[in-house]
Amino acid sequence: MTALPQATEKRLGLVIDLDTCVGCQACVTACKGWNDGGIGLSDQDPYGASPSGTFLNRVHSYQVAVPDGPAQVVTFPRSCLHCDNAPCVTVCPTGASYKRAEDGIVLVNEDACIGCGLCAWACPYGAREMDAAQGVMKKCTLCVDRIYNETLPEVDREPACVRTCPTNARHFGDFADPESHVSKLVAERGGYDLMPGMGTQPTNKYLPPRAKGPGAASPLAPLLDVKATGIAGWLDRMLGKI
Amino acid sequence: MNQPRVETQREVSDEVRQTTCYMCACRCGINVHLKSGKVAYIEGNRDHPINKGVLCAKGASGIMQVTAPSRLKAPLRRVGPRGSGAFEEISWEEALSTAVSWMKPLRETAPERLAFFTGRDQSQSLTGWWAQNFGTPNYAAHGGFCSVNMAAGGIYTIGGAFWEFGQPDWERTKLFVMFGVAEDHDSNPIKIGIGKLKARGARVISVNPVRTGYSAVADDWIGITPGTDGLLILSLIHCLLEAGKIDLDYLAQWTNAPLLLNEAEGPEKGLFVRNAESQPFVIDRRTGHPAPWDGKGVEPDLGAEWQGHRTVFRHMVEEYLKPDYAPEAVAVRCGVTAERIRQLAAELAQVAFDQAISLPRPWVDFRGNEHADMPGRPVSFHAMRGISAHSNGFQTARALHLLQILLGSLETPGGYRLKPPYPKPIEAHPTPHFVTTPGKPLTGPHLGYVRSPDDLCLLPDGSPARIDKGFSWENPFSAHGLMHMVIPNAHAGDPYKIDTLFLYMANMSWNSSMNSARVMEMLTERGADGEYLIPRIIYSDAYASEMVAYADLILPDTTYLERHDCISLLDRPISEPDAAGDAIRWPVLEPDREVRCFQSVLLDLGARLGLPGMVAEDGSPKYRDYADYIVNHQRRPGVGPLMGFRGNGEATGRGAPNPDQMQRYIENGAFCQAHVPEDAAFYKSWNAAYQDWAVKLGLYETPQPYLFNIWSEPMRRFQLAAEGFGPRQPPDHLRDRLRQAMHPLPVWYAPYGDEDAAFGYPVHALTQRPMDMYHSWGSQNAWLRQIKGRNYLYLPSSIWEAQGFQPGDWARVSSRAGTIVVPVAHMAALNENTVWTWNAIGKRKGAWALDADAPEATTGFLLNHLISELLPEKGVRLSNSDPVTGQAAWFDQRVRVERVVAADHPRGTAEPGFPELSDPPRAGGGRQNSSKNFAKSFRKLLGMAEAER
Amino acid sequence: MHPAASVILFSTLSGLGFGFLAFLGWGALAPSGWAAFFLWALGYGLAVTGLLASTFHLGNPRNALKAFTQWRTSWLSREAWASVVTLVLLAPVALSGIFGLGLPRLVGQVGGALALGTVFTTAMIYTQIKAVPRWHHWLTPVMFLSFAVAGGATLSGRLWAPLALLSVGAVLLAVWRVGDGAFVRAGQTLGTATGLDRLGLPSVLDPAHTAGNYLKREMIFVVGRKHAAKLRKLALLLASALPALILLLPLGVWGIALAAALHLAGALAARWLFFAEAEHVVGLYYGARG
Repeated sequence: MTALPQATEKRLGLVIDLDTCVGCQACVTACKGWNDGGIGLSDQDPYGASPSGTFLNRVHSYQVAVPDGPAQVVTFPRSCLHCDNAPCVTVCPTGASYKRAEDGIVLVNEDACIGCGLCAWACPYGAREMDAAQGVMKKCTLCVDRIYNETLPEVDREPACVRTCPTNARHFGDFADPESHVSKLVAERGGYDLMPGMGTQPTNKYLPPRAKGPGAASPLAPLLDVKATGIAGWLDRMLGKI
Repeated sequence: MNQPRVETQREVSDEVRQTTCYMCACRCGINVHLKSGKVAYIEGNRDHPINKGVLCAKGASGIMQVTAPSRLKAPLRRVGPRGSGAFEEISWEEALSTAVSWMKPLRETAPERLAFFTGRDQSQSLTGWWAQNFGTPNYAAHGGFCSVNMAAGGIYTIGGAFWEFGQPDWERTKLFVMFGVAEDHDSNPIKIGIGKLKARGARVISVNPVRTGYSAVADDWIGITPGTDGLLILSLIHCLLEAGKIDLDYLAQWTNAPLLLNEAEGPEKGLFVRNAESQPFVIDRRTGHPAPWDGKGVEPDLGAEWQGHRTVFRHMVEEYLKPDYAPEAVAVRCGVTAERIRQLAAELAQVAFDQAISLPRPWVDFRGNEHADMPGRPVSFHAMRGISAHSNGFQTARALHLLQILLGSLETPGGYRLKPPYPKPIEAHPTPHFVTTPGKPLTGPHLGYVRSPDDLCLLPDGSPARIDKGFSWENPFSAHGLMHMVIPNAHAGDPYKIDTLFLYMANMSWNSSMNSARVMEMLTERGADGEYLIPRIIYSDAYASEMVAYADLILPDTTYLERHDCISLLDRPISEPDAAGDAIRWPVLEPDREVRCFQSVLLDLGARLGLPGMVAEDGSPKYRDYADYIVNHQRRPGVGPLMGFRGNGEATGRGAPNPDQMQRYIENGAFCQAHVPEDAAFYKSWNAAYQDWAVKLGLYETPQPYLFNIWSEPMRRFQLAAEGFGPRQPPDHLRDRLRQAMHPLPVWYAPYGDEDAAFGYPVHALTQRPMDMYHSWGSQNAWLRQIKGRNYLYLPSSIWEAQGFQPGDWARVSSRAGTIVVPVAHMAALNENTVWTWNAIGKRKGAWALDADAPEATTGFLLNHLISELLPEKGVRLSNSDPVTGQAAWFDQRVRVERVVAADHPRGTAEPGFPELSDPPRAGGGRQNSSKNFAKSFRKLLGMAEAER
Repeated sequence: MHPAASVILFSTLSGLGFGFLAFLGWGALAPSGWAAFFLWALGYGLAVTGLLASTFHLGNPRNALKAFTQWRTSWLSREAWASVVTLVLLAPVALSGIFGLGLPRLVGQVGGALALGTVFTTAMIYTQIKAVPRWHHWLTPVMFLSFAVAGGATLSGRLWAPLALLSVGAVLLAVWRVGDGAFVRAGQTLGTATGLDRLGLPSVLDPAHTAGNYLKREMIFVVGRKHAAKLRKLALLLASALPALILLLPLGVWGIALAAALHLAGALAARWLFFAEAEHVVGLYYGARG
């Protein structure tokens, strides 16, 4: 089970647009809410000194010193990347951690999980969190209980984080299809992998922030020298244009 | 492969109920999924006009709000000293009769001794109407400390405002410029809009001292010095004028630029020259003679000079071509280089004039002139608290509207568009009402738009009639009142003392007050007679907020899923530029506690007090509850709180009350929309088709076309008074300030807080509300508080490096009003002379059902303790507010920042600290699940210290 | 990585136990009767205690038996098999020793090899984790095996045990030397973790949540440099130099016991460092490294 499939029919995943993400955390709680009702995500000490709960998606905030111009701020959602070469899968001793052959989604079969945490160690991206109440590993399921769920309207069969994202910074689709929306976005906008050197071959891609800075409009030419001609001259010139 | 079977067909719920969110003021539509009668999941309603299916972090955490242990559970009566938090539970009957026994004598003798102010209230058309019928002049909601500069600046200039009352034409705009746009208001619509621009690759620029959120994704960021936005905007106007890049046709047709100003010295100077019918007029370019401003075919001459009187346009050009506004003259002050200002001006001009667009939609204007199409200038703007919360915010808002006007983009395709019931001219708004007669209602609504000193709320002796001094010479256009001054004024007995303070959803003893520490004292100080200086306080809230401890009688409210509400066109609707819209809330859950919807309680109190409109002829209560009022109340014949499904259920806007209305809203997803016809969708202020549609819908009774006010005549009337003209005269100490602040053209003056710079407080201090927390509410939400349970004071590199700050350090931050010691963090993308923090993360120990050692109560902090509610004493007591509107000038704040090495602050708690509040009776519980016993005991066994960053 | 007592005890005790069992299996002492009983009991005791300790690291030990299913891919599963097979295989050898049954030596030799193989699989659980560069090196199994061999040699009173102990010291020095540069050599930075190296030099502005979480507790452990340096000296002294010295003294069984005890303490210190100093790349997202 923990052998990775040679290839998957589909490669479902997310594109996260860092040029558009404003860091509002909507995806974080939509994910929490949906999965709390599904696989269950607990919170410890929820109203106390050290609250700590299981979240499958967290949004970081970074500042970036850039060569020319003021520092930039980039908000950065982080969740499972559903890697093709998922190290979290092969380390699992029980087969609980697996990558689906049909769509490439990496899942945890909680019925088989012993909560050893090794998969979380193996993941470079921090995509897995052990639930302290259930003692089993939790991770993004790509809302496998939404995307195929026929009890939901068809339009809602997408991950909860994508459905809720107010800026539309998250896109869901099949990367195996070069004509899919996500594949095209990646091609057009230079979508990239996180930590490519780790050899994980993530499915999810991130779109880089676009170049920032002042616009390229050519400077405005004064109508005439107001100091020399006075307001009256300006008015004549201006109103003469009507 | 033998893969496990995965449950992909999970049934989320057994029932979905659609209602309106209340996790902030956005009012998004939500689908509440219920399983066995309990909330299972909350998501956005795809059909809803505001959020179109999306939902923010708060909205999606609503389940934790309706299960929060902080929910109050029964009416409470204070039994210990005020502020101690000692309460006993009482019955509703006892609570209501107590309230009536306090209020009734006041109404019969001195109604002004009841002050009723509401905070995050979304039912102001009801609460205002109630106060009006009680007869007290002392009513307002929280706009005075929130947004009134934006609202008033907009309405006095363009008949509409920023905030949620309009929005850029997201589909067509090519350049979107934000000035101090707050991320907690209208947030999903703005986020959706930014997403649309980003998808198209349209350009977004943010002017903001802090580069987070929207500013972070903006294509360009201008890290302006706080309080100088107006100067930057006027400099942009200077550049545009200098280059002749303004829309003359737009100015001539749609604004008061061609009106003539009286040049004769005396009481008329600077007012419009009027004809025999008292109408201002223009000079027709075709004839060179006066012509009516609204005459068909008239071509107003912008440059006219007639009998020595010159046009507004000429005055405006003269003003802004002054070298004072040149980029080189303002650059240092704004913290923006002259080159960047010129660049921005060039960008605006290029998009507005070289990339103009046009919609092939024929339309007719109010003059009867026919237009073949709708030209548009696809530059749009948005602005919020960043420019609003300064003492020059009103004029800055006006300046930004002037910029949009000069570019000719307002209400055109690609520009900023207003949402019904706006646009609406000043003339269509009421003036403020305040005259009290014991036992009688006021003759009209409290809040309105002042046209001249005659409309001020002054007693015969010239003193303010309102406890907050609203509509007085101190702040003549205080269209939302000054909630932040109610407690200080009542405590000081200035202008008079009150008896009962009645508050709803306003955390005045903590994050909603300036100078919170002092306000706590004001609430508990007693006079010589041993009586509290504010003798009685009634408070309604759903949660155990900090304010609960300072009230004498608590009327517990429901949570947002347990109540009726209407989001009404009479108030703050959910309209879009292309549609009027309103909405409801309804109890998708039944309360399991002794709590009642505050609005129902208010109607009950009204009936018990016998207030007009709230009792039937037989003396019985006229409305069963709020829902009954929503359906059956009529503000004007045929016009009620909700526009939809009136009469037989088919009428929209006008129609008799329909007993099925609430059910029809529920069936319709809890909202209703009336779409603006295509030919009425732009140029709404002047579009005959729009005006007719608005009358038909009941927004107003007759068409209300008007001109944008580049020159504000009401403001000039106040300037004239300050100059000594007219029967009503300001006190001498306010003359100079009125002359400056009431300039009829948008001007910039240094924010009053800048004076503190000279006294050793050079640094600007700001707060922002995070997109994932709403005011003080977020911390009781177990999911949200994990995201932001701590706040830091962010220091720019200049301060961080100059003082050698290290991670983990603290800072002593002091101002004229006080000192705080707080944790710090370094932020490079920040104006070099500004520090800031997230607002309202800090909590009082013991409040909100959090443990006393919760980080919110130990390291969390407020800047409020640094902010004085008064300006420095100069012989008179003046509020720290905008001199025009009374808007609380939160962002004027100046401070000094000094490093405190971590080792020198061993306690590791933010200062000042306050005694722990005792826990009032509340619902408790909450959705908590502890660690598995096994894992827990194993951790304990091994005594693992948790290494936390 | 969080230096959890469970995994430290597991890897240290089982390493020592299986090391000793290997020597017993190879017939290093060839005890009989009660002596055999106590020696085999010690070996089994250490190994089994270690294995039991590991179950304390499991969130959901009910499913523990399932851990035998994935031996094709998972080192943890292989470790489960190897340990059980070793313990089962050596049981008759132990019984034979205790009761003098005269089992062929080959069984013990195979069992001994399997015991070291078990230690190797344990090491590979860590070695395979690419996300922890310090571990992801061939020196990790060398280190684990050197501890097992030295511990086993010490307990079984091999004459060359001091040499084995000294080689543990050498291996530790090598592990630290290589390990200290491993994270940088792995080439992962906040820039590569976020891809923001495209723009410039990123740093943390805000953590994702201000509250704690599993990742921060489990993967991000910061140990003070001075503290680590002290512990390293202590580990070297206890695990290597001191026991080697003591074994050279004529103290007999008591010397062996003392040396073994010191060595175990040193091994625990070294293993604590093995976890505490190991940095997981996920720490990058939280600003744990540049």
